[in-house]
Amino acid sequence: MITKMRRLERYGGRLFVYGCLAVLATLYLVPLWVMLITSFKPLDEIYSGSLIGLPKQITFEAWSKAWSTACIGTNCVGLSPFFLNSLIITIPAVFVSTAIGAINGYTLTKWKFRGADLFFAFMLFGCFLPLQAVLLPIARVLGMLRLSGSTAGLILVHSVYGIAFTTMFFRNYFVSFPDELTKAALVDGAGFFRIFFSIALPTAIPIAVVCCIWQFTSIWNDFLFGVSFSAGGSSPITVALNNVVNVTLGRKQYNVDMAAALIAALPTLIVYVLSGRYFVRGLTAGAVKG
Amino acid sequence: MTRMFEIKRYFAAQLPKIVLAPSGVIILIAIYGFIAWTASISLSSSKVMPIYDFVGLEQFVRLWSTPRWHVAVENLFVFSALYLSIATVFGLFIAILLDQRIRAEGFLRTVFLYPMALSFIVSGVAWKWVLNPGLGLQKMVRDWGWTSFTFDWLVNPKYALYTVVIAAVWQSSGFAMAIFLAGLRGIDNSIIKAAQMEGASQARIYVSVVVPMLRPAFLSVIVLLGQIAIKTFDLTFALTNGGPGGATEMPSMFMFSATFERNQMAVGAASAMMMLAAVVAIMVPYLYTELRKPSNDH
Repeated sequence: MITKMRRLERYGGRLFVYGCLAVLATLYLVPLWVMLITSFKPLDEIYSGSLIGLPKQITFEAWSKAWSTACIGTNCVGLSPFFLNSLIITIPAVFVSTAIGAINGYTLTKWKFRGADLFFAFMLFGCFLPLQAVLLPIARVLGMLRLSGSTAGLILVHSVYGIAFTTMFFRNYFVSFPDELTKAALVDGAGFFRIFFSIALPTAIPIAVVCCIWQFTSIWNDFLFGVSFSAGGSSPITVALNNVVNVTLGRKQYNVDMAAALIAALPTLIVYVLSGRYFVRGLTAGAVKG
Repeated sequence: MTRMFEIKRYFAAQLPKIVLAPSGVIILIAIYGFIAWTASISLSSSKVMPIYDFVGLEQFVRLWSTPRWHVAVENLFVFSALYLSIATVFGLFIAILLDQRIRAEGFLRTVFLYPMALSFIVSGVAWKWVLNPGLGLQKMVRDWGWTSFTFDWLVNPKYALYTVVIAAVWQSSGFAMAIFLAGLRGIDNSIIKAAQMEGASQARIYVSVVVPMLRPAFLSVIVLLGQIAIKTFDLTFALTNGGPGGATEMPSMFMFSATFERNQMAVGAASAMMMLAAVVAIMVPYLYTELRKPSNDH
């Protein structure tokens, strides 16, 4: 009798758990689903049909419009040049900030000097700094360097403000990297850079991947720097997307808006789906410090 | 010869500091120097261009007597309280569900976390479409036959702020889930086994044994989401652009428009300093305790 009750209880429990998960998962997927199907619908169907229904007639017109003819302000060139801008900004900024973070993290843990922890603590605050507190000076300095409104300016800014995060990733990794290995190499006559390049760095590939993914998503997704420091043709895709959506000429083209949003989201979504494990590790590494 | 050797040795000993020096200088200037720079602007009478005079706390007085700023601060409090509590509850609940040795756990985790990989601008645009009363959720439910159904929060000044909460929770509750899940996986199983032997039910075990052990995870989630809330900018920019009628104005948006649109650079700088103060108040004690923990390896 008791065991039967127990079994029933457990069965009910499982049902509850899976039921809840199914409902929640559906809720989390709805916006993506709505974006996808809307982007494939012709405009008339959007104004007459339902929000979540499958398109009766699939068309790629909205996608091609979003990519090559949608208007950003008065400039009707689509998102493609801005997609390219984002790539031009993101790729070098990811590499520069990751490289600096790697050598910083290694130095702060394997070549510890007095004050190294304090140095790190001051740097770590950069991860949480509200960027509004430095926005005006950045604008002035970019102006002085004649980099205002250029992708080069955004590369510089993202590289600089990424250092805190990348240093944290590598520092937290190298803390648990055994000192014996570096000490043995030192005895064998290897120096600072030799140990870094042939011993420390090769073992740090996984954290380098985490770091690159983190930097890629945050720089690609940036809006504040983009909207503050870019002008017209040099804008990243997030700024262009916001402009596409806010065009108020004639009947609103929701299918184009949704296709545009998906185009802006695609690179980070692909990275996430391909390497979700690393992405999560980045998230939780960013959460649990020290 | 020995002198050469000594110089070399000295150089080698200083090498770590030499390597870190550029980053140190960059951080010193780009974070602390620029904060000081913004502070000095906030004490000046700058309007369109920075003027480096000194007017004391005048701009802060002006800031705090601006009704729009009061609205922004009030909105931030309401938004933060709802966002923090709902995202924490959702995150914890999903984490506990996923901790029940679930089939397809990997897939479900992907589903709950993908919004985190999206730009706030993208999620703002997506939710703007879903919540749009004319064609979105409201129309859908009405088409199903419930013709009096009303869900116009997005354009209703009274409720527009809650649409920002909905989108923000959707975007980052997966983050809370990831932290809680890491915390749950770190709990010693023998304690749970012992409770099971005592005959406690699963729900009871969670409420009185597991959740209290997640204290550090709670702290992390609340602190990290808290500073995200203060900085919230892109999401409101894309979803409501501060409207309707300032109903979703936030300090970050106030700062942006004062500085770049309304030619009140010094007031903008003052508002940025207030945001900085709020983040410092949350982050510095947290970082201090986290960094002082003796166990630095994990």
